Amino acid sequence: MEYLIRFSQSHETFRLPEIQALAIIEGIDLKVISYSLESPFCIVNLPSEDAAKRLIQRSILVQTIHELWGAGLTLDDVHAAVRSKTAHLWPQYASCSFKFSFDSYQSSRSGADKVRIINSFAYLGFAGPIKMSKPDQEFILFEDWILDSTPLGIPDPKAYFFGRYFATGARDLPKKLDLKKRRYISTTSMDAELALITANIALAAPGKLMYDPFVGTGSFPIACAQFGALAFGSDIDGRSIRGEGKKTLKGNFEQYGLVGNLGSVFTADLTNSPIRKMALGEGGEDGARGRVFDGILCDPPYGVREGLRVLGVRDPEKSPWIIPKGIEMYKQSDFVPPKKPYSFLAMLDDILQFSAQTLVDNGRLSFWMPTANDEEQEIPVPTHPYLEIVAVCTQVFSKWSRRLITYRRLPNAQVDPEAMKARDETRELLGKTVDELNPFRRAYFSKFETPMTPAN
Amino acid sequence: MKVLTLNFLTCAVKDCKSSNNSFPLHPKDAELVYDDLEINPQLLVNVLPRVDWVALRTTSTELGFPELPEQPPTVEELESDEKMLQDLHKLLMETQIMEGKLVCGNCGHEYAIREGIANFLLPSHLV
Ligand SMILES: C[S@@+](CC[C@H](N)C(=O)[O-])C[C@H]1O[C@@H](n2cnc3c(N)ncnc32)[C@H](O)[C@@H]1O
Ligand SMILES: [Zn+2]
Repeated sequence: MEYLIRFSQSHETFRLPEIQALAIIEGIDLKVISYSLESPFCIVNLPSEDAAKRLIQRSILVQTIHELWGAGLTLDDVHAAVRSKTAHLWPQYASCSFKFSFDSYQSSRSGADKVRIINSFAYLGFAGPIKMSKPDQEFILFEDWILDSTPLGIPDPKAYFFGRYFATGARDLPKKLDLKKRRYISTTSMDAELALITANIALAAPGKLMYDPFVGTGSFPIACAQFGALAFGSDIDGRSIRGEGKKTLKGNFEQYGLVGNLGSVFTADLTNSPIRKMALGEGGEDGARGRVFDGILCDPPYGVREGLRVLGVRDPEKSPWIIPKGIEMYKQSDFVPPKKPYSFLAMLDDILQFSAQTLVDNGRLSFWMPTANDEEQEIPVPTHPYLEIVAVCTQVFSKWSRRLITYRRLPNAQVDPEAMKARDETRELLGKTVDELNPFRRAYFSKFETPMTPAN
Repeated sequence: MKVLTLNFLTCAVKDCKSSNNSFPLHPKDAELVYDDLEINPQLLVNVLPRVDWVALRTTSTELGFPELPEQPPTVEELESDEKMLQDLHKLLMETQIMEGKLVCGNCGHEYAIREGIANFLLPSHLV
């Protein structure tokens, strides 16, 4: 059966990856029949109405889903389709209360137009009472208009869809987790809507273990917990986890009634992680033993606001006293271990390697990564022989954009050992200095800061 | 720090990764609290194959829990064994180490746990 998905016309490149992920979580056979980034209307094939409800119940980007009765380039096409395909359905709705509505994307209809068009559907023979609020059934004519049709004098939309409404996505969740009302946030907390979308794409679900190695104030674990997963996190900055007083990461879980879904949070540097790992290629028999997580999702530091840091001493020769001082002091409870700058590309590679070692088969890694708008400055999507790229979604801002990149952990048997050897060699080439290998930081400062200084 | 998490953690020192003695880390002066959480059998069944049972037996004994059976239950056994589900739920999910230390059996390094948050940051001579 065909269904019409009414997407929100925002975060367009995230929409298909989100419903495709939800189809995997729910075990539903989803076929996309027609879809375009420019339109909020998408036709899909699904096994049943029940499957369609399950598919979208936790979708952030699906507004509603409808039984598709007809689609076409003209209203006549729609009528022809409705007459030929749905006549057997009409009697079911002959006496229930109902309403007819319009969803005119990028335009609107006058009252007179609406009446004329509604009357053209009279052959459906619906004789029940018309109820504007809470009708038993709602039938909607969707119209896909070109932007500025009225000033351009375009009289008709470029496409029509007619369908029966039956379910709504999870549009209340971003409101529930809204940062403005969250007890504890920081300047880098991830927006609730995007954190939820990320959790969907990373396949967070009841019974699963999800992990954010750059947890900050916990936005991703909160989203995962909201979807029923057990969420873990760590951060090199213990203060970000502890917060202050009642404003803590755990306090956020308490605020939302999700404490039962909080695994553990701890202080750790991803490049010196205490998570137990298995040598790549080993332990594949049941696809899981030795590997812990179903999903890893994060927004790694990219060194714009503060330089990216890992444990270690920047230049042990220039400051030879640091290590002996550490040996003397490290057992004291207030000891702060020294950190050194690190390359963004090396960190990305570390995240991929870590994920390959700790994700179960088909587990997903989803992480955010900035990329300058300018072609020249673009950072390529990092690759790893054990990780297959599933989706690359882009969020565009006025001066830059960032991507959410998602991978699937391949079962060992599907990985080419030669590719792994080649990767290890490339890894050696990733340098150690900050600017040399942090193209985003370099681009950010040269592009956005120079224009601020008035040119004389 | 949940006992489940302890089963996923080893010493952060790179030289210790290859040693069998660095896992599991050993709780020292551990102050435990018990959260009252709803049992989630689906989660326990999913987690079981990822748990290193030998390490879990060690941890469980070190924390003063009754000894776990020598062999882990199979997924099917666990699904139908209400008592085992309850016991594992209590041990893995409800028990938290709030204060204390985790000690590496190889290098002896001690990781502090405060307010339930363990600190795995290393001084420079260990990275
Ligand atoms: C962009 S923020 C993530 C914010 C988080 N998503 C939130 O919602 O609050 C990046 C985080 O990475 C942490 N970080 C930086 N370097 C790290 C490292 N080497 N290992 C682990 N965490 C690190 C920072 O302390 C910061 O909290
Ligand atoms: Zn050690």
